[in-house]
Amino acid sequence: MKKEGEVRISSGCAISGIFCRDGRRITGEAIKKSIAVMHNRSNGLGGGFAAYGIYPQYKDYFALHIFYESQAAREETERFLDKRFDIINLSKIPVRQTPRISDAPLIWRYFITPLPHLLQDSQLDEDEYTSRATIRINDSITGAYVVSCGKDMGVFKAVGYPEDVADFYRIEEYEGYSWTAHGRYPTNTPGWWAGSHPFSLLDLTVVHNGEISSYDANRRAVEMYGYSCNLLTDTEVITYILDYLTRKQGLSLKECSEVIAAPFWTTISIKDEEEKKRLSYLRKMFSSFLITGPFSILVGFRGGMMALNDRLKLRSLVAAEKGNTVYFSSEEAAIRVIEENPDRIWAPRGGEAVIVTLDKEAGR
Amino acid sequence: MRKNWKFLESDMQENEMKEFDIRKDGHKEIMVTDCLGERYIGCGMKDGILHIKGTPGNALASYLDGGTVYVDGNAQDAAADTMNAGLLAIKGSAGDALAYGMRGGRVYVLGDAGYRAGVHMKAYEDKKSILVIGGRAGSFLGEYLAGGIIIVLGLGCEGKSITGYFCGNGMYAGTIYLRTDKVPLNLSDKLIRRNVSNEEKDSILSPIISDYASVFSISAEDCLKGSFIAIEADRSKSYSQLYAAV
Repeated sequence: MKKEGEVRISSGCAISGIFCRDGRRITGEAIKKSIAVMHNRSNGLGGGFAAYGIYPQYKDYFALHIFYESQAAREETERFLDKRFDIINLSKIPVRQTPRISDAPLIWRYFITPLPHLLQDSQLDEDEYTSRATIRINDSITGAYVVSCGKDMGVFKAVGYPEDVADFYRIEEYEGYSWTAHGRYPTNTPGWWAGSHPFSLLDLTVVHNGEISSYDANRRAVEMYGYSCNLLTDTEVITYILDYLTRKQGLSLKECSEVIAAPFWTTISIKDEEEKKRLSYLRKMFSSFLITGPFSILVGFRGGMMALNDRLKLRSLVAAEKGNTVYFSSEEAAIRVIEENPDRIWAPRGGEAVIVTLDKEAGR
Repeated sequence: MRKNWKFLESDMQENEMKEFDIRKDGHKEIMVTDCLGERYIGCGMKDGILHIKGTPGNALASYLDGGTVYVDGNAQDAAADTMNAGLLAIKGSAGDALAYGMRGGRVYVLGDAGYRAGVHMKAYEDKKSILVIGGRAGSFLGEYLAGGIIIVLGLGCEGKSITGYFCGNGMYAGTIYLRTDKVPLNLSDKLIRRNVSNEEKDSILSPIISDYASVFSISAEDCLKGSFIAIEADRSKSYSQLYAAV
């Protein structure tokens, strides 16, 4: 075996996304092919996918994907869920055993809806009711991690290279209009199942290439509002910030991008008066949610996707369009492998959000 | 992930596929087709000609030490990193961090360049780094520039800004030429901006641009049309602060 210094690991996480604006549903094969081109950017310590539109038969129910480290954790979680939700369906998530993926937890899927009288008594909307329940599971039930909990979507993640994770979860058997993928090269924390990307809350998912220097400041800020960062990875905090800003503060995703990747004051100072006022307001009002350090992220949400770089563009990000399909990736090659001749291919600027939505949906 | 790498003789017989060590066997002209993200192509090459089709991966022609690399598409990040001599010509666009720390030779891009093109390029005695970008460049163009020449032509971008933010921040030698009459956005007041005279255009820009245009078979006259501005470090302020533009 080669020792440290004798081998060069040419790495940096990889992200990739495919979005069908016409709502056309495609299998997971294309996204697997795309992320596999960037094999060398990850090191086998994490891979994952988020898919939207995959559970049309259960689209009105929250789909929970949960990792359990023990049967006891499963029993406790199911008792917890049973008290608060109607469980419409539950099953193990089907997997394909492969020697390249090992030490899998118990992986279960539930389709649930809040018990009507409890929901009414709580005076919460069903999103808030469900998100509080999942945060509580992650925070208080030992060995249980809710991996995703949105409607008509799901997260499939593991420790391994992303193409192997795709085989493990049989993602070629799912059809979605929106897919994101991540290949991980963990820098500060160990590679573990729940710490792989995507991270999610309700229907919001994030895959991230980079490292957040402001993690602890952001974590302390967001934990003031009922969130709890349990997954030992900086990306988790981006997910909660975006959930807080969109769902609780009512900001648009473009405004969110101007908070987390806020332009420099010198850049703001050359804008026109109105824009100056607007951008200054966002920077001042939500200053604790400014994310510093290098990042490129893909944010999946119901009916759309956002790609965003840090304001200095310290990580790579390429976008492309072909007909009704939009592609994002860390490297152009990962787009060319699935779409050889895009109509348009470009690199979004630092801090410039690219937001795509389904043609029939209004912008969010 | 290894695709069909076709190392071809100078007569470019597409059907013949062989495997051999290109560094030892002294082949003068080689074509690599169907590239898809493979890194380090042409890295440290000293002579010969390399034609590349497809999308080569990161660190293309890094440490290039002679010879020529032609790319028939776009290049990804970190092309020509620490390049020392030779020519890298990209018919499409380049990704971020193009020609980082370049020490000599020529990098020609017909399309755009991403962020951080020509950061900390250098020149020393007969070694002079030259970077020419046909389209527009992203932010931090020529940051910490230490020598050499960067030219941005902005072809097809008439009337638009052809650089991003923080152009030339922290530079202390070398020159950035921009084919525009617009000052880059928030240009540091520690940098000097001057209009380029016709004499300077003839003596410095014209030979470089003529060479650039002949590589891509485009009109040198079109590339030289209009006015150029030059950005340089303010020598009266050099070393007063390490990062001149903060």
